[in-house]
Amino acid sequence: MDRRDFLKITGAGVGGLVIPSIYGRAVAAEVLLTKMDVATKKRLADVALHAAKSGGASYCDVRIGRYLRQFVITREDKVQNVVNTESSGIGIRVIAKGAWGFAATSDLSNEAVAKAAAEAIAIAKANARLRTEPVQLAPTKGVGEVSWTTPIVKNAMEVPLKDKVDLLLGVNAAAMQAGASFINSILFLVNEQKYFASTDGSYIDQDVHRIWAPMQVTAVDQKTGKFRIRAGLSAPRGMGFEYLDGKAEDKVTLPGGAVVYRDSYDMKEDAIAAAKQAKEKLTAQSVKPGKYDLMLDPSHLWLTIHESVGHPTELDRVLGYEANYAGTSFATLDKWKSKNFKYGSDKVTIFADKVQKGTLGAVGYDDEGIKTQRWDLIKDGILVNYQAIRDQAHILGLKESQGCCYADNWSSVQFQRMANVSLAPGKEKLSPDDMIKNIENGIYIVGEGSFSIDQQRYNAQFGGQLFYEIKNGKVTQPLEDVAYQIRTPEFWNSCSAVCDQSDFRFGGSFFDGKGQPGQVSAVSHGSSTARFNGANVINTARSLG
Amino acid sequence: MSMYTEEQAKAILDKAIKASKADQCTATLSGSSGGNIRYALNSVSTSGYVSDADLAVEVAFGKRIGTATINSFDDASIEKVVRRAEELAQLAPENPEFVPAIEKQTYKPSTTFVEKTAAVTPEYRAQVAADCIEPCRKEKLVAAGFFNDSQNFSAIANSKGNFGYQKSTGMEFTCTVRTDDGHGSGWVARNLGDVGKFDAKSDIQTAIQKAKGSVDAKALEPGKYTVIMEPAATAGLISFMMFGFDARQADEGRSFLSKKGGGNKVGEKLFDERVTIYADPWDEQAAVVPWDNDGLARERTPIITKGKVDYLQYSRFWAQKQGKKAIGQPGNLIMVGGDASTMDLVKGTKKGVLVTRTWYIRMVDPQTVLLTGLTRDGTFYIENGEIKYPIKNFRFNESPAIMLNNIEEIGKPVRVGDDESPFVMMIPPMKVRDFTFSSLSDAV
Repeated sequence: MDRRDFLKITGAGVGGLVIPSIYGRAVAAEVLLTKMDVATKKRLADVALHAAKSGGASYCDVRIGRYLRQFVITREDKVQNVVNTESSGIGIRVIAKGAWGFAATSDLSNEAVAKAAAEAIAIAKANARLRTEPVQLAPTKGVGEVSWTTPIVKNAMEVPLKDKVDLLLGVNAAAMQAGASFINSILFLVNEQKYFASTDGSYIDQDVHRIWAPMQVTAVDQKTGKFRIRAGLSAPRGMGFEYLDGKAEDKVTLPGGAVVYRDSYDMKEDAIAAAKQAKEKLTAQSVKPGKYDLMLDPSHLWLTIHESVGHPTELDRVLGYEANYAGTSFATLDKWKSKNFKYGSDKVTIFADKVQKGTLGAVGYDDEGIKTQRWDLIKDGILVNYQAIRDQAHILGLKESQGCCYADNWSSVQFQRMANVSLAPGKEKLSPDDMIKNIENGIYIVGEGSFSIDQQRYNAQFGGQLFYEIKNGKVTQPLEDVAYQIRTPEFWNSCSAVCDQSDFRFGGSFFDGKGQPGQVSAVSHGSSTARFNGANVINTARSLG
Repeated sequence: MSMYTEEQAKAILDKAIKASKADQCTATLSGSSGGNIRYALNSVSTSGYVSDADLAVEVAFGKRIGTATINSFDDASIEKVVRRAEELAQLAPENPEFVPAIEKQTYKPSTTFVEKTAAVTPEYRAQVAADCIEPCRKEKLVAAGFFNDSQNFSAIANSKGNFGYQKSTGMEFTCTVRTDDGHGSGWVARNLGDVGKFDAKSDIQTAIQKAKGSVDAKALEPGKYTVIMEPAATAGLISFMMFGFDARQADEGRSFLSKKGGGNKVGEKLFDERVTIYADPWDEQAAVVPWDNDGLARERTPIITKGKVDYLQYSRFWAQKQGKKAIGQPGNLIMVGGDASTMDLVKGTKKGVLVTRTWYIRMVDPQTVLLTGLTRDGTFYIENGEIKYPIKNFRFNESPAIMLNNIEEIGKPVRVGDDESPFVMMIPPMKVRDFTFSSLSDAV
């Protein structure tokens, strides 16, 4: 997650004038309901494509984007801020003299678009002098004029602001009544209206929706000076406002009593639970450090998958393009070529996709116009593939791109970003209740907590929201001050069981940061509850004297 | 065009204020132009130039606030953005924590603008890349880096007659050099307002030496070590700690600066006597614009003096509620030090670990500001005042509130930036005892 941008939005000093610039201009709410006409977009795209071809480009793609966002930020009984932003413009990418060039403008006149195409060509030609080999694009067939929309039930942008404010203030009141000292709750709503066109003959109109409803509930004990936070157990999703319906069939009660959510979220119920659990955390037993078998709920495991599998299998990192910032990867090409690198145990099959319904990564086509798909990264424990885009596919001997290209705005150049990366459910019938029965000395972790991993994705440390001691097959008591440290291949090789499909749930990140200048992207990670044997658990309590 | 003169900016802001029918109106106009070049695998990968400006208008009817922004500045656009802000304000619920627009401020200019930085060309950026890539190619090393320069202006005005305008420049350079077998990695970074003080050719040698010197690192047992932290290695820890300096969080009992039983720890000595940190918008080496996001004038502000907490950051609402004076929130952090260089600190160390850079720092427990993260791109074992051999990277679990009590020696501050921090910082190299490394990392 890109912490700086997140803090800019949610920080204590949030005022209307400090809207992060990446989210564009603040607009009136009704602007969020309008759309740009497809015929106008096609006409503009053709202006750019024509200008690029006649200027000497061997390839050109055009992205006309309208990025709409709404933030509703509250604490206790107060609305701290409501911000509507819009950012529209056109980004033009070309290959000329074998090199990439990119230029973007918010001016959607024919002249400005043609000028931007010319700028992109000039940059490509300047970059060509410094390149060692020409760009190789994996072939793709144009798809003609097509469209795709996130399958939403209720467009969150159409829900009146009052309903959103009432929802959050209701959640806050419920938490306070249940004993919370403080609560911060937020609604983040995103609508990306993206039009892609290329010299391959594709004209793709997409309407992408995302929603996130995070909260933090704090309990303070003034006598001891101790405070504890329990964050919400929701997941950001590629869904409409229906995600907040909190349907009974989407509630799952875990061994130990915590309630988690499948495809819809009961925010108020979770806020009440959070208030109680934050108070419990103040007096919970501090963990004894040592080796434990870990039982990791999907609301927690998604982040471990993201950091220890999602990132190291990004091909640009493997090749060294991110060496200066995000880093490289231990999952090097020689390990993949050997066809026998044991990334995990034979229980571990991890797949990438941009197609699963309701996920953050789901789109019809990526930002290079490639139809999205699903493929295995790790098959029965063996590293079998990476995540690649058109100019990388040949490195893996692939005939086509896997469709992992994304730009966070019309003004950002698209590059390889993480697809949804998920742990496949176990093939044999196994529920969390069944799994816990066989654990003698373990810790059950629910919800994501602190996270940190090295630049080659070997050594990681993860916290959580709720920790339960497991003794002889049963939850015995809540624990606190828990974090576990892993070495990625050892961790995944210690995976001894994965629950079945009926337990499969999604978590995800709204703000995965990468690149210089930095870009964010949203990505989901699904899994069923999984067991990892003999993990190293540390105690994180300290005394400041 | 995105850089406006003071007269142009004032004319635009005046029009916006005049157009508003609300009880009060605040407008800011800010713009920047900047270029960047990115390279990896000894080859330029992307380069770009971004130029943009925004007019933001915040209006209030009673306690209802609305904000809108726009990036065109003709009369019709100015009128439109003001009307939009007014519409939003009418729809917004009352904010019980509303505070009125600030009174007229006195801004004493700071020297944030350097002509030479504003004049950086695409050729200059390409030369920075070449100055890094060429020596690396010769030595079979692989360079990946990023150079970014910008010039900005910021103007603010409100219906109470306040006005300010200032230009600024900045540059940031980072480069990672790796051996071609991936067994060694070194890093260098520079954050400056004046590009005239930057010399890529010379700076890249630091990363080259660290890359070559870090090959075949030995594994040391994790545990508590005396460490020499280079300034960039400490910057992330100190700026993270500053999130605990919010007065409201402290008063509400949810900061490491909260007092048992209520209140906060201002006035208490919580750090080693040699720790002094202050903010100063006029600092010669780390100047920042003399007002904060709210337009409040910044002052020279002691934050920690000789180990004692002097300052907590008050929002205007919280200051009013607590009967405190709200002052401009710091834009820089200046830690006082001595004259010793990092290598001087190494010379005086019998046994210890030299840390070039820290990475992926995250909060583990806000109660104690316990942070975790890793060392990266040049970690070495020191014995009898000399760098003996490279060592494998460590994960640390340490609190800056504990670290700043375990100081052995403080060197000469240098200007550093941090990707995840809002502050420009002057941070010295530090020798610290009992720094907690909790596990080894195989990452190079």
